[in-house]
Amino acid sequence: MRSKLLAAPYLLWMALFAIIPLCVVLYFAFTDFYTGAFTLANIIKLADYLPIFAKSVWLALISSVICLIIGYPVAYYIAGRSPLWQRLLYMLVMLPMCMSFLLRTMAWVAMLEDTGIINSVVKAIGLQPLPLIRNDAAVILGMVYNYLPYMIMPLYTVIMKIDRSLIEAAQDLGCNSSQVFRGVILPLSLPGIISGFTMVFVPAISTFYISQKLGSPGTTLIGDVIESQFKTAYNPNLGAALSLGLMVIVFICVAIMNRFSTDDDEGGVVTL
Amino acid sequence: MKRFNFVFTVIVMLFLYIPMIVLGVASFNAGTDIAVFKGFTLENYSELFVDKTLIPLLLNSLILAVLSSLIATVLGTMASMGIHSMGRRMRSLTMGMTNIPLTNPEIVTGVSMGLLFAFIGIILKTQNVLGFTTLLIAHVTFNLPYVILSVMPKLTQMDPNLEEAALDLGCTPRQAFFKVVLHEILPGIISGALMAFTMSLDDFVISYFVYGPSFRTLPLEIYSMVKKPLQPKIYALFTLLFISILLVMCVMNLLQARDEKRGHNLTHKRRRNV
Repeated sequence: MRSKLLAAPYLLWMALFAIIPLCVVLYFAFTDFYTGAFTLANIIKLADYLPIFAKSVWLALISSVICLIIGYPVAYYIAGRSPLWQRLLYMLVMLPMCMSFLLRTMAWVAMLEDTGIINSVVKAIGLQPLPLIRNDAAVILGMVYNYLPYMIMPLYTVIMKIDRSLIEAAQDLGCNSSQVFRGVILPLSLPGIISGFTMVFVPAISTFYISQKLGSPGTTLIGDVIESQFKTAYNPNLGAALSLGLMVIVFICVAIMNRFSTDDDEGGVVTL
Repeated sequence: MKRFNFVFTVIVMLFLYIPMIVLGVASFNAGTDIAVFKGFTLENYSELFVDKTLIPLLLNSLILAVLSSLIATVLGTMASMGIHSMGRRMRSLTMGMTNIPLTNPEIVTGVSMGLLFAFIGIILKTQNVLGFTTLLIAHVTFNLPYVILSVMPKLTQMDPNLEEAALDLGCTPRQAFFKVVLHEILPGIISGALMAFTMSLDDFVISYFVYGPSFRTLPLEIYSMVKKPLQPKIYALFTLLFISILLVMCVMNLLQARDEKRGHNLTHKRRRNV
């Protein structure tokens, strides 16, 4: 009984600073900016932003799929190395995440710009400069670059834990390597795929910095709109309604993804 | 297939590190344009220490990261012990709450806390609620789940007989904790604290919505700098941070590898004794 009480300060903290803030978001979303009276106007206004919501979901989905396709072979390769190499490679995947993502994104801008590093090489060869920045592809590149480690880490954790004897059993029973992969390894790495997908999708759908730097006005994402409501346009009530919309979308997407996995094992827990 | 995976992994690693290389090279660039290399210089590094704008902001970030990860580690470790002794329903309810800041988009967490502090400001009728305290509260809140998620597995892995044995042998519950339990879960506490520290050090999105003019951190400054042309000394700072984090990680890995080896030998010995 005594040790249960140890969680009390934590519960109090989370109630105060995680749950109550969400209630405050609800309060702002359903009240008027000037009078503070109850209104549905902010929620109705969300309809104007449907194309932006759709675009954010679309770009985040594409980025998550690309991350999965790129991340799986890497995670698979790392999981098959000796313990020392596993440790080293895992560290190399983690390390970029510890560095300022703002500056790393700026480095991409410097590379992709019309007068940037890649285009000066292109020009030196004697070709026309390429339109590398301020488009959807650049935003997707930024998302994939920034969130790829979040995909590799849970995939690696899950693949590493797969019991080798299961693979040997499949081979003994006459499976060729692609059958082993499809029949044993892929289903067993499903929890990692799901949590990796979620860990890329959620930050990607809500980003505002990447689209500001690498995108154009045509790639305004929902994060950009929310940010501007609080920082420039100053309409916190609409901003709260938009945040609510974003939360609902994320909740639905995560719920759909979790339906693919039978049980929520700890496969996705990030470990340092 | 193996060869393909190897080549592919190398390419992906290059992809992950290209921006670092660009920033590293830019830190030695005599020109201000990152895309044009105008010659080698160390001026950016000396300017970093002569001009006193970035170092105090880095110190601010460090103070915030150390304090918030310390508070989160203490609160989180206590919470993990509490959750560990809870019943099934209570436990899943608490873990659900722990997941709120993890599954919510960062911007929503930032906005919700910003609105909470704005709300408190309205109630208290003051304009400047935002400052160091609000940043600290926000950072502790998003750090807590990381601590709990790395301490909890260690607690469940721990042999419950160990603590009972300590109690049977005459330890007070406090002694049993500090001499036995703490020793067993220490790796989890350390990795949780480190994760919290790095998350806090590099956080921009949540800080962006809860900071005030009285206390700014390095990421906030970088964001505001980006609107003007970037000063090359920031690349010098980045490069120095990169090297120090690389060193810390290498040392940690070596220590861990040595620990594991020792643990391995120990279990072997134990088995032989049995």
